[in-house]
Amino acid sequence: MKKSGILLSIMLFAVATMAQGYQVGDKVKDFRLLNVDGNYVSMADYPDAKGFIIIFSCNHCPFVVAYEDRMIELHNRFAPQGFPVIAINPNDTIAEPRDSFTNMQIRAREKGFPFPYVIDADQTVYPRFGATHTPHVFLVKRDGEDLRVAYIGAIDDNHRDANAVEDRFLANAIAAVQRGEKPDPAVTRAIGCTIKTRN
Amino acid sequence: MAKLLSIFIGVNIFFLTAQLTFADDKNQLTVINFDEFEPWLYKETDSIYIINFWATWCAPCVKEIPYFEKLYENYNDQKVKVLFVSLDFPAQIESRVIPFIQRMNMQAQVILLDDTRANRWIPRVDENWTGAIPATLVYNNEFRQFYQREFNYEELEEIIIPLLK
Repeated sequence: MKKSGILLSIMLFAVATMAQGYQVGDKVKDFRLLNVDGNYVSMADYPDAKGFIIIFSCNHCPFVVAYEDRMIELHNRFAPQGFPVIAINPNDTIAEPRDSFTNMQIRAREKGFPFPYVIDADQTVYPRFGATHTPHVFLVKRDGEDLRVAYIGAIDDNHRDANAVEDRFLANAIAAVQRGEKPDPAVTRAIGCTIKTRN
Repeated sequence: MAKLLSIFIGVNIFFLTAQLTFADDKNQLTVINFDEFEPWLYKETDSIYIINFWATWCAPCVKEIPYFEKLYENYNDQKVKVLFVSLDFPAQIESRVIPFIQRMNMQAQVILLDDTRANRWIPRVDENWTGAIPATLVYNNEFRQFYQREFNYEELEEIIIPLLK
């Protein structure tokens, strides 16, 4: 009985952990996070934006590295259309020193990120979103006064080879939002590096 | 003398071959796509299957590998099967994955899942998996649970002991 109780609590914990965070359609709360340029960034700083491509990202994860150039392309293509990229590093920098703020600044400079690369220093923003790994994308759209989640998941369907991509999930989702439609699929999956916390 | 020499050479060839065979096993890694892998998720058996998704570049995965190995060591005679499914890049098999398996002296079976269409196959492992690793599936004929989390040894034992009959 005791053992099945433990088992049950582990299962309930697992289910609860997975169910946290924004679902598609949920209202998004703004954040104020430090950018690599030393300034704080909030979504409220972009009054003209029609939405945001929020990408939970980092330095150390090979899946992120595989997508960095595509993140730059996405920003360059969609920021002029009102959907800028904001990359958020959710990792604890003690648990993962390669994702320290200094290393973020170095990486942003090396790659010439045209978008903000901010740090979720107290790790309060990523749980709100329900981000679990990097890269993990949340497409946010403006809905009157509100911001709402329109799409959650992957940038596209091939992390390894940008030229072999068949489904551009995120770009298609943005196009759907621009047409006033609901993205389909609205949720996709991709392998990524789990978000690092201090135990 | 000639006979002795030929025996000597023969014995040497035997040892050399044995060594090469051994080396081959340690230097190879089975690489499969998801369709080939999927039967592993539904074995009809009285064994307990513990399938761990990991990668050499995933620090929390690397940290928990010894716990899965210990579980395998302590329970494989009680029908507990451990399978490590590497999600490393196939281009790094020789340079990174095989050296890692050797360095960690991993005894449980390791395969590499080479399938880029993750959005297609992740939900086929478990509907609740967002894609973060480490992740582990534990099942037998009566139990099936997917865990998107890290484990220590005690936590793994707590899951499998009630399943041991």
